[in-house]
This record gives sequence, structure tokens and C-alpha cells, in this order.
Amino acid sequence: MKLLVCVSKTPETTAKISFSGDNTQFNEAGVQFIMNPYDEWYALVRALELKEKAGGSVTILNVGPAANDTVIRKGLAIGADNAVRIDAEPKSSLFVAKQIAAHAKEEGYDMVFLGKETIDYNGSEVGGMVAELLGQPYISFATAMEVNGNTATITREIEGGVEVAEVDTPFVLSASKGLAEQRIPNMRGIMMAKRKPLKVVAATDATDLAVVASYELPPAKSAVKLIDPENMDELVRLLSEEAKVI
Amino acid sequence: MVLVYAESPKGKFKKSAFEAVTYGHKTAQVLGTQCVALTLGDAENAGQLGKYGAAKVVSVGDAALNNFDSQVHAAVIADAAKAVGASVIVVSHSSSGKALLGRLAARMDAGSVSAAKAVPTNDGGFKVKTNVFSGKAIAEYQINSANKVLSLMGNAIQPEEVGSDVAVEAVSVTVPASRVAIKEVKTVEGTVPLPEAELVVSAGRGMKGPENWGIIEDLATTLGATTACSRPVADTGWRPHHEHVGQTGVAVRPNLYIAAGISGAIQHLAGVNSSKVIVVINKDPEAPFFKAADYGVVGDLFDVVPRLNDALKKYKANS
Repeated sequence: MKLLVCVSKTPETTAKISFSGDNTQFNEAGVQFIMNPYDEWYALVRALELKEKAGGSVTILNVGPAANDTVIRKGLAIGADNAVRIDAEPKSSLFVAKQIAAHAKEEGYDMVFLGKETIDYNGSEVGGMVAELLGQPYISFATAMEVNGNTATITREIEGGVEVAEVDTPFVLSASKGLAEQRIPNMRGIMMAKRKPLKVVAATDATDLAVVASYELPPAKSAVKLIDPENMDELVRLLSEEAKVI
Repeated sequence: MVLVYAESPKGKFKKSAFEAVTYGHKTAQVLGTQCVALTLGDAENAGQLGKYGAAKVVSVGDAALNNFDSQVHAAVIADAAKAVGASVIVVSHSSSGKALLGRLAARMDAGSVSAAKAVPTNDGGFKVKTNVFSGKAIAEYQINSANKVLSLMGNAIQPEEVGSDVAVEAVSVTVPASRVAIKEVKTVEGTVPLPEAELVVSAGRGMKGPENWGIIEDLATTLGATTACSRPVADTGWRPHHEHVGQTGVAVRPNLYIAAGISGAIQHLAGVNSSKVIVVINKDPEAPFFKAADYGVVGDLFDVVPRLNDALKKYKANS
């Protein structure tokens, strides 16, 4: 199986979010960046498990500047065989998807994995876009997958439950919690990662059709109103009359 | 023209479909055009979408569309958009809608915004707001392409009745064969799924064990709320995974989120901070969740939750 895992670089979960340049840019100063957890913990690890069982290769793909190489190397340390970085600033989802699709078309992967969303822009868009550009089925929010030959049986999250779908390769899949268990890279993996190939390629021409014009922080939450634990009638009254939610 | 795909799982519209049509109608007003609703597969009483502002309803009734396949559905929606002359498409930000959004954007070479939380503005560019950084900030996107695709965050706007039932026209679109076979669907019946719930009662490790969940279920029953839990609770198997709310679980945006015995780790807050009102019950006054709460009760949840349940029953009986 020839497998591609698309990974993003995102601010760490607890990062302080602020903006610069008249609220038009995310302020990266002092922010720690990580590999998007859905990409790392679930998409990458499930791809590695498949390779370990059935053979083949796992390639990591990132669209981004040279600063992203540390994130890519981590993926190699966890166990991917090689990596490709498409050298461009990832400013919009369709731009990124077109880069991934151009690479995937050339290489012809059996499966393309992505996390269900990135924890910064939370769009959940790129998987569907890549699938459409490749003309392939897309199974989103996968929580389990078994592969038998060229057929995958995938459990995906839907409202209030799950759906089990069967699909033949090639296809695109987005990974949710449950698809695999996080792996911590060991020293050997980290050493080997330094020698694994990381190819940098130029971007395909594509326009940003939707871009962030400005950011704002949500209105500050007013201080919590503490209610006497003996007086739940008061809480009910406030929920009804003040908050008007019941 | 604005085309709204109104989802009809098992042939029935949910509130999210009416929200989407209301949103499409308002978007059409901003653009000085009309809103058309689209139904796929079985859709009972589709004419009612007119009440929420659809000038007409078009349908593709092929039963093959009752099973969701993003590839098939996106092809049909894009062709229907072409047939009615729509350049703006609105879908719900549901599990299906999220898969459709990207596909439609790629297919139509359209700028897209995921989980729109407000009606677009069109004053010096078409702009739409959405939450980013797991609700820690809001971004206003500008779409520069002629075609545009938006998914609407649930509970972002309320359905508004502005008209009356309209005629439903069949639209002739080829339905491609699906390459995905649905083998099984397992959903919890009888309760509102968490992503759509308006009232949520959630509990965490403070419950001490799964056998104590009765008080949470009782409170949820009184309120007509959906139950949820924190990650450690789902991970230890005290509660099913689909109840896990937070960064790696479900993101909720109810009108009321009641959290009992949950400390409020940042990963949990990422899943709940779009809630309109948050009530936190915790015996630890230093629990970080109180900083994100509107109302707080510092006390033992095993006393407070049943007391709150009694107070709510009394309130319900009198109103």
C-alpha cells in the first residue's frame, strides 16, 4: 500500500491567541507550534499500522515554509518513510488542497489520510477538497478502519452515532479520535528521521479564493455569578429570567 | 441565486435545515437575490421550507440519495446549482455538510467558509465570520470568487418564519453511482444528538464512578437535555465515546451547558466555549471552569445536582 499522510503545523493547544498588524495577522511571537494532533495521533499512526501489517510506504506531505521542517521531521521520527514539503504559505484551504492533489495525482496513492480538522482554523475542508480534485470517495471522521485487500471497512462519526461504510482504494480519509493511539517517537526514530528523505518542491499555481480579512477576540466573559449551593431555586430563576435559556 | 441544501435524514427535516434556509434567505437579501432550497432523496413536506424564506423548493427524489456519499451528493448539488443558476451554496455544518463543503468548493472552484456564525455582509466585499482557534477567536473571511460555498454552524441563528409553503419542483439531475457502500448505521434514538442539542448536561471525574450517573440522567430528563461527559470519563469507559465533549471529541454549542464535576481543562473548554450560557458545579472553587462560566455553584455535586433537579421540576410544574 502506498499511503500519503497530510500534516499541518498548528499552534499548541494552550497557546495564547493574539493578533498583530491591525488584527489582520495571527501573532506568532512566543507561540509553540506542533503537528496538528489529529494528523499526528490518528491519521499518521493508522497509516503506519497499515504499512507494518501489509507492507508499502508512508509519505508525509506538508504545505508550508521551511520553518515547518521540524514538524515534518517529527512525523519521520514517528515512523514515516519519507516526506514532501510543498514550499508555499498555506493561506487558504483550497490552495492547500490543490497542492496536495497535484502531488497525489502524480504519485498515485492508495489512500490519502488527513486529520478531521486542524486545531487552528477548524475548517474540516481540505479532505473533501482533495477527494473532489482527485475524483475519489471521501470518508470523513473515521474512528476505526479495517483493510482487507483493496477494500476498507471504515466506521465514521455521524450525528448521534456511527456509520460503517465499505470502500475500495483509492480513497481519501479524515481521522477522528479512536482511529489509532498516539505514538511517542523514540531515540532511534529521531536519529533515523535525520537521514530520511525530505523533498522540497515548488508550489502549483493556485489563487486564494477565501482569505481572512480580520480577526477579533470574543467579547470578554463577565465574571461568574456564584449561586448559593443551598438555593437552586435562585439558579433556576436566573436561567429562566436573566439568561432566558429554559 | 442562493441555493440551500436542506438535509432530510430519514426523510425528515431537522431544525438545522430550517436554520440553513433562514440563513440562505438572509444571505439572498444581502445579495439582492432569491433563495432556493434543495432536497435530496426522501423529504417529507418539503414545501414547508417556503416558510423560512425559500422562494421555491427543488428536489432530486432518487432513493439512492437516502444514503450519504459526499461524492454523489456534491455532484448532484453542484448540478442542481447550475440548473437553478445559483452561485452561492449553503449547507449545514453537520457531519455530512462538513464533507460536502470542501467537495463543493473544489468542484465549483469556489471560495468557502466553514461553520459561518453570522449572516454575510456585502459592503466592499463578501465577508463572513466564523470561529477559529477552537473558539478562542473569530475570523472574518472575505470570499473573492464568483462562486461561494458556506456551511452554517448549528444554533448560530434561529429559524424564522417569514412566508408560507411553496411548490416543490423536481429538478432533473443525473445521480452518479456511489462507490461507498453503507453497511450499518448505529445511532442513539430518542435523544437529540450532541452537536445539535440546545440543552446539555455534562459530567466529569467528580462523579467518582459510572454507577452514580443516575442524578445526571435525571437532571437531563427534567430539562429535556442531552447528556455529555469529559474526556477522562469517556476514556475510562464510564460513558460512551460519542458523549465526549472537547477538543478531540464533539464540539457543542447549546443554549445551556451544565457541567458537574468537570475541572475545565483547556481541551474541554475548546469543545464548549460556543455555548450561550455555561453553569459550572464543582466543589473546588479554584476549578478553571469557573472562569469560563456564567453561573457557578461551589458545592458537592451529589447534593447540588439533585437539588437543582428538584428546583427545575418545581419550575416546570408552575410554568
